[in-house]
Formats: sequence, C-alpha cells, structure tokens
Amino acid sequence: MLAQLRGAVVLTLIAMVVFGLGYSLVGTGVSQVLFPSQANGSIGPDGSTLIGQRWTGPGWFHGRPDSDNPLVANGQPGSSGPSNLGPRSKVLVAQTRGLIRYWQQHGVKPTADLVTTSGSGLDPDITPADALAQIPMVARATGLSAARLRRLIQSQTQGPELGFLGPAYVDVLQLNLALSRLR
Amino acid sequence: MVHFVLTLVVLIAVLAIAWRFLGAYLAAVYTGRATWCSFAERPIYRLLGVDPEREQTWQRYAVSLVVFSGVALLGSYLVLRLQGVLPLNPQHLGGVPAALSWNTAVSFLTNTNWQNYAGETTMSYLSQILALQMQQFVSAAVGIAVAIALVRGFARRGETTIGNFWVDTVRGCLYVLLPIAFLAGIIFVAQGAVQTLAGPVLVHNPLNGVTQLIPRGPVGFMEAIKQLGTNGGGFFNANGAHPFENPTALTNFLSIALLLAIPVALTYTFGRMVGSLRQGVALLAAMVIIFGIWTSFTTFAEAQPNPAVAAAGLRQQPTGNMEGKEVRFGPLNSALYGVASTQTSTGSVDSSNDSFNPMGGFGLLTGMMLGEVTPGGTGSGLYTILLDAVVAVFIGGLMIGRTPEYLGKKIQAREVKLASLGVLVMPVTVLVLAGVATALPVGRAGAFNAGPHGFSEILYAITSQGNNNGSAFGGFGGNTVFYNVVGSIDMLMGRFGIMIPVLALAGALAAKQVVPNSAGTFRTDSPMFVVLLLGVILIVGGLTFFPAVSLGPLVEQLSHGRFF
Repeated sequence: MLAQLRGAVVLTLIAMVVFGLGYSLVGTGVSQVLFPSQANGSIGPDGSTLIGQRWTGPGWFHGRPDSDNPLVANGQPGSSGPSNLGPRSKVLVAQTRGLIRYWQQHGVKPTADLVTTSGSGLDPDITPADALAQIPMVARATGLSAARLRRLIQSQTQGPELGFLGPAYVDVLQLNLALSRLR
Repeated sequence: MVHFVLTLVVLIAVLAIAWRFLGAYLAAVYTGRATWCSFAERPIYRLLGVDPEREQTWQRYAVSLVVFSGVALLGSYLVLRLQGVLPLNPQHLGGVPAALSWNTAVSFLTNTNWQNYAGETTMSYLSQILALQMQQFVSAAVGIAVAIALVRGFARRGETTIGNFWVDTVRGCLYVLLPIAFLAGIIFVAQGAVQTLAGPVLVHNPLNGVTQLIPRGPVGFMEAIKQLGTNGGGFFNANGAHPFENPTALTNFLSIALLLAIPVALTYTFGRMVGSLRQGVALLAAMVIIFGIWTSFTTFAEAQPNPAVAAAGLRQQPTGNMEGKEVRFGPLNSALYGVASTQTSTGSVDSSNDSFNPMGGFGLLTGMMLGEVTPGGTGSGLYTILLDAVVAVFIGGLMIGRTPEYLGKKIQAREVKLASLGVLVMPVTVLVLAGVATALPVGRAGAFNAGPHGFSEILYAITSQGNNNGSAFGGFGGNTVFYNVVGSIDMLMGRFGIMIPVLALAGALAAKQVVPNSAGTFRTDSPMFVVLLLGVILIVGGLTFFPAVSLGPLVEQLSHGRFF
C-alpha cells in the first residue's frame, strides 16, 4: 500500500511537471517563435481580427448582434458565451422581434445571422450574404455606390477553408477597415 | 451541402487511416513492442519505484488506479484552492471556492470536464495547465489502460495478471498522447489559437469607439489534448465556439478528427490483440451504424429553421438554426461536431447545445444516453461496448439455450453479473439523481429556460456528468453547493462504478482457458452479432431513458406554436 502511495504521489508530480507545465511552456516557446502573431491573439492596431466588435451607426457593416462584445467589466475581462435561449423561448422570440425591427428601420431585409447571437458571443464573421443585405444601409450613409460595396465585399470574402470546410465568410473588422479607406 | 458531404468523406478517410495505423501503433505500445521513448520511460519507473516487468492481478491493478486517482484528485484540488498565492496568475484571481474546486477536480479526474465555472474569469493560467490540462493527459491514459487490461483478459489464457497500471498509464501518456497532441497544438496555434503566458490585452478601435480587454492564455496546446483525450474542457467559457480556441473551420475539422481518432482506432487494437481483426470490425460496425444515424438525424434537425426566430417573423432561414452558432462553422458542421462530441464522452462544444432545435438537442442528449460507446471516450468507449457485447452474447446464449462464449471464453454467472453491473450503473445513477434534482426546489433552480426546455437542461446536466461527457445545455446554473456535490457523485459513479467491474471482469476472463470453436458456437464477428449488440445498446439506452426524454425534447418538439 505504501509503495502504491509513493507511485501515486510521484506520478502526480511528474504529470504536473511534464504534462502540465512542460507541455504548455515548450508549446508556448515554439508558438512564439513560429507564429508570434497568432499566438498572441492576431491583434492589430484596431483590435483582434478573431474577436468581434460592436459596430453601431448606419455607416458601418454590422457583425452578429452579440450582446456583450466590449469585454471590460470592473477592470477584468468578461466571460464569453452564447445566449443559451432554447428554441421555444419567449425571450428569444421577443429579442429576435426587436432585432428584426432594428434592421427594418435601417432599410435592411435581415438574414438569420443578423438576428441571432453566436456561440461565443464574439463571432468576428458574417457571411457574404449578411454583408450584401446591409448594402442599402451602408450605401445611403456613406454615399458609396451599391456596386462599389459589392466589389468591396467580394474582395474581403474568405473561405471555405481548403475549398470545402465551412461556409465562406467575411471578417467584419477587416471589411470595415477596407470600407474606411474608401470613405 | 456538397461541401458538407465532402467533409464527411474526408473525415471517414482520415479516420480509416487512424483506425489502421494508430490502431496498430496502440497495439505495439501496449504489448511493449514500441520502445522509442524508453529513454524517458525508464527513469520515470525508477522514480515511481515500479518494476515495469512485474504485472499485477486485477485487484492490485484496481488498487493502484484508485490510489493514484485519489492523489491526483487531491493535487488538482489543492492547486485550484491555492491559485491566489501561486504564480502564473496575471489576472490576480483568488482561490477557487471549495465546492467548485471539488466538482472541477473530480470532473477533470474522471475525464468528464464538466465546467461549473467560466475559465477566463475563474482560473489562473497555472490552474488551467497544472490542475486541469495535466488531468486531460492522465485521465485519458487511465481510460485506455483499463480498456487494454480488459482486452488482455480476453486475449490471455489461464493467467492471473492483466498488466501493470503504472506502465500502461505512463506509456499511454508518453507514446500516444504527448506526441500527437503536440503536433496538433502547433496546427491550432498556426490557425489562430492563442498560446501565451502574457495576460489580457487592452485594445481600442477609434473607428467604432470600442474598447476591449481581451483575455488570453496558453490555449492552443490545451485545445489539442482536450480533443485527443476526449476530455472537452476548454480554456474559455464558450469552449470550442471561442475564436481563440477554435479559430477556423479547419481547426473545427481537426477537433472532430482528433476526438474520434483514439476511440475508433482502439477497435483495431482490440482485434489485433485478440488475434482476429474481424472481432474489432464487428464492434466498429455497431459504432458506425449508430453514429451515422445520429449524425444524419441531428444535422437534418439543425438545418431546419429555429422555431423562435421563425415566430418572431423571420421564416426564411436557408442555412438552418443559427442561434448560438458561429458563422465560420454554420449549422451542419456544428451539428456534426455536437454529435461527435456527445458520442465520444468529449463534451466540448463549438456552438450552444442549449439553442439547438428540439430534435437536434434530442440527438445530443440521447447520444450520451446510449452509454458513450459509439465510439465512446478514450478507452471508456471500448471497455463499455465490450460490456454490452458480453450482455449481447449472454442474451444470444439464452435464445439458443447454450452457455455463451465470447472470443473463446465461456461467459458464466460471474462474468454476466459483472457486465450487467457495469452496464446498469450509469442509467441507475442518472435516473435517480435526475429525479432527485427535479423533485427538489434547489435542483429546479438550476434551469435557466422555462417549460420543458428547463427540464431538459437538468436532465442533460445529470446525463452528461453520469456519462463523463461534460457538454451542457449551457444555460444551466450548476455552480451551487447542491449541484457541485450531486455532480461529483454522478461523475465518480460513471467513472469508477464502471471501471472496477471492468477490471474484475478482466481478471475473471484472464484466468479462463479457451474453449475451441464448434459448429454450435455463436459467431461474434458476424452481422447477426452486430444486430444483437445494437439491440443491447439501443434497449439499455433507449428504453431506459425514453420516459425522461419524452418529458423534455419530445414535448418541446410536439408543442407547435407554443413558447415558454
């Protein structure tokens, strides 16, 4: 029994050192050398291309209507996550009604992605169709022609990965940065 | 749709390669033929005070397992409690409360990875890697070790030992999990998963006036072992939906392939070790049939519009239910991920299971209720389906009035009792605890949604922990003393309540001699056996849980036009 206990204690410590610390630290070292930008969060001067931001006003393309995109709360990051509202939730019905109304006021015929929240609450992307749907709003506010905006969206469309994995998508931050250069 | 079919075809091809080559490699590792890592292995045994040549009886094997689990549990618990005074804590988070630390330590020890906390606001980097990621390696290795011990029980004749727990666990970590996870970790980071010890970063965008404090951490490599070891516990609250954990559709695909790889490959290992690949193929066939049906069903459900969104006025939802889903994955890939994750006891999510359509949620919930055997967790999938197989040959034997045999071993009263015990522990635990939780106000308070969906959330939570899965209908409020304690009992029963009968069965089988095949032997590599095995899996899971499921997702599906 004492021999078993010794084995258990030593193996726990070895596991902590090798599979806890060692694996992570070596992994961090390799990542920081090979892929420093990705390993640190794909962060540019205007934010991370992987973390969605809330865009307001008709002059910008909007992302998913995620509730808590600004992550600051009491000097600590907030936590990520979805709405977790069920498919027969009255709250979800009411919330979606409000979002549909918002888009209609801006002259946009909303797509499903534009009235539903994401799995992370931080979705950085929309589909090309979601972006195209917002053209009437953005064109009116910026004075740019619809054709110009369509070309812009096309130039910013990425994926599917390897040609078949997942849908095609547009990174909203990159799209709006490109838009700001046109404005 | 064409893209999704192509995704499935490529996934099948990748898993076929894993089945053949990873399966053969696993057999080499656990029969001692692989030695390339012995330079690291030998010093470890010296430190442990273990003679790797000395094998253990099933009793000693089980004692080693329980003692090690107890110590590892305590280790994780202490790190969580003390994180406030330990290093690698850039957010200066305080110690994790006692009940939550206990639940979390049990959760990662048992390969469940149920999370009653939000990682980015609760856990220091040290806790994430030392208390949790460490368990993601060893709990997976222990699962495989127990499965291999049972396979040895079938393969050996008239022997008293079933292997050495310490050797099996160390070899699983060193030869299998560490190298594969490390390579996969590099891919995750290359695609955009973060891997840094620096703290959160403050960014400001003058174009929209947004200021964000973005949490980071050593995420990408944890992600790799989280999937490979069918653990499922992520760094962030949003788990695999978070762009820093699962940045692209490519990492999403890699996640699905990783979490299926070892459970699928183990059926090859099993066939190799018992001397007949066809026996492994028969188990794999049962797994593939159920997995295929559940995947079609659940993806179809998620390709339908979300009823609440439709009721709000948006009937046109051409891609399907997007509530709680990420654009870069879409409903089809999210549903495939959900099925793979719930049927492997992984329990990671890349979307909100809580917001799946009623029949999509039904697919996820019932996938777990089948006992995590299709293909199940690392090791736990194989040993649990072998219990089902023993029950299946017993029922087959009753039908033709002959003493049943499996792989040449006579299945007698002791074996049938142990297998039945192992098969029934999970349903009994889950149904009793779900009943208790639903009956008590403190249990009902955990439900976040109203109506039948609220009941589904409670049932899902108890089912998930009892099956060591760890996924959730995430609105569920589990961080109470009641649920932290009930959940820990649930998880411990689902792990050790099955492992110990499995080891006892391994010991009983190893001691037996092989009876030669005769004309009357029921062939366990035949389609008839696969049908019988499917029957056992579906009846134990399906019929046992049918009344409970009908009060949750089925009611929800049938309440057309009603909202709660």
